[in-house]
Amino acid sequence: MGQKNLATTIKEITRNHLENCNGLLLGQSISAVGWVNNTVPDCKGIVELPMTDVAGAGIAVGTAIVGRRPIFVIRFQDFLILNGSQLIFYAAKVKELHNQPAPIFIRAIGTEGIGPCHSGNLHNIFMHFPGFNVFAPITSKEYEQTWDAFMNDNKPMMCSEHRDTFTNCEEIEDILVEDAEITVCAISVTRLEAQQAVKTLHGENVKCSFVNIFKLKPFSLKEEIVDIIKSSKHILVVDTGHEISGAAQAIAYEIGKKINKFVHILGVEDKTKCICEPYQNRYPDSEKIITKINNIIKGDYTCQKE
Amino acid sequence: MRLSNFGVLEEAINNIDNTIKLNIYKKMYRSRKFEEGVIESVECKQIKSAVYLSIGQESIAAAIIEALGNKHYVFTQHRCHSTFLSLGGNILKIRDELLGLPTGSSNGKGGSNCLQIHENGINMFGHHGFIGENLPQAVGACFGSNKPTLCFLGDGAIEEDYIYPSIGFAVTHKLPIIIICEDNDLSILTKTEDRRSWDVSEVMKSFGIPSVNMADDPWSIYEKISGLFANTDGPIFLNIKTCRIKWHAGIGADKMHEWDRFSIVKEELLSLGLGSQLTVIEEEVNKEMDIVWDKKTLQQLLKK
Ligand SMILES: Cc1ncc(C[n+]2csc(CCOP(=O)(O)OP(=O)(O)O)c2C)c(N)n1
Ligand SMILES: [Mg+2]
Repeated sequence: MGQKNLATTIKEITRNHLENCNGLLLGQSISAVGWVNNTVPDCKGIVELPMTDVAGAGIAVGTAIVGRRPIFVIRFQDFLILNGSQLIFYAAKVKELHNQPAPIFIRAIGTEGIGPCHSGNLHNIFMHFPGFNVFAPITSKEYEQTWDAFMNDNKPMMCSEHRDTFTNCEEIEDILVEDAEITVCAISVTRLEAQQAVKTLHGENVKCSFVNIFKLKPFSLKEEIVDIIKSSKHILVVDTGHEISGAAQAIAYEIGKKINKFVHILGVEDKTKCICEPYQNRYPDSEKIITKINNIIKGDYTCQKE
Repeated sequence: MRLSNFGVLEEAINNIDNTIKLNIYKKMYRSRKFEEGVIESVECKQIKSAVYLSIGQESIAAAIIEALGNKHYVFTQHRCHSTFLSLGGNILKIRDELLGLPTGSSNGKGGSNCLQIHENGINMFGHHGFIGENLPQAVGACFGSNKPTLCFLGDGAIEEDYIYPSIGFAVTHKLPIIIICEDNDLSILTKTEDRRSWDVSEVMKSFGIPSVNMADDPWSIYEKISGLFANTDGPIFLNIKTCRIKWHAGIGADKMHEWDRFSIVKEELLSLGLGSQLTVIEEEVNKEMDIVWDKKTLQQLLKK
């Protein structure tokens, strides 16, 4: 038997929470079409929210206020625009304002390849507002760490998931190379692509480092990684969301501040995602990451669409 | 035309014990006097942040909390001073919150429309500025705890889209929640007739919720709520027509209110021969307010 995949880990954590810890899981159409990509167990504590997301989020937050530590499932991150009001303006604020926590675990699921509808990646918005922890786990171990962080804290946890990682069985290690030509720091599912890109470039004798970023807020870097990044000629941050005011930009700024260097970013273009090629505007894949890296190395920083 | 006797139960005042009547009067008088102190403090710029005054609407919280006690989860709207005081919230904490002091109910961080109480077995949750947001939260808290819950909101808030699905959820899950619409006919300064043609109570009927639509006569509210509660196992809705005497925010007045329930109640109690009891209550409350709003104390507090 190989390692269990991420979906199974999520399901197991959820089952334990619902069956043994008086937890709740709330969301819309939970039992429909494969129980949220096979991440939700069929057990007690599941609550359907058949309504506008604004109200559903408020109900979930209400259960958090009274200590049920709800898991709130958002099948597509685009819905966060509706859910957001209750999460941002209430759940995330009440601890600081009133010392009355509303610990809610928000499973916000990103997806790709479905065109203009439901394919946004919006974790950056939740990094912007005070009061959230924002993690983007794509491995089983990271998910367990995310859950433990939630259970040991009273802040709402924005858990930015990506559908394309649910079958992932691997843990993903950093690749740290001193004096690299470039260090690629990647977020969420783009980590799988960046890892691939770096491996390909190694094959072409380009010295690259690869750094996993899974805790977006609070954001920190281990000293050894800071040293690697410092010794690297260029740095690139890759994310699933839009580049403009996105997570990559925010983290590039944080890294740049630490090492006093310009940091490049790559994300989704400032255009609507569409259904057919060439307008899909998907999250950066390994090919796109390689092109970007080659251009950075060549000194051509401006090109957006190679 | 809105009338002060709309839907009122004529006999209610006679059915209620004098002790209860006087308790309700005391809650109303205390809220009124407290807010008169607020007005003075705003005038002399000791309170600098916006205040949302309950003046004119005091009978609603007074009657409901007299009838139900203070053991519910309570979710208030932004206009919540009278609810805070009727529930038995610490009067110095509300004063200090309005003054922006660390000794306030939220350490001075929230202000008039974000008051909370979480002590002495009372749980009143602070509002955060999105009108009606407290209803889904109240429904969730009620669902998550199965504890009786009260939710106050305004006639403007009740027009928000998240209200009705939350009520639907409360009906579906038979939640013990009482939803109270403090219907002052105003959303900021826009009258209901300029906003909508439909009636909230009619919508509630379609949900199958026991609902009441009447003016803010505290005796009727007291009697209705006691009776209704005994006979249902799901949500209850009260639309209480009332008058906001002061501005939406701030201490000014447009003199648009059709009645002042406080004056009506006082007249009623006087005509029942309860004058000497009212005097005792008033003297006691006045003494309390002299201490709460003592100018020198306030100056010292604000200097710190
Ligand atoms: C979601 C949202 N939309 C708009 C506003 C602006 N706003 C503040 S108070 C108010 C009217 C509230 O009226 P009502 O609920 O009747 O309460 P009242 O002030 O009359 O007691 C509005 C529209 C808001 N605070 N929140
Ligand atoms: Mg109103």
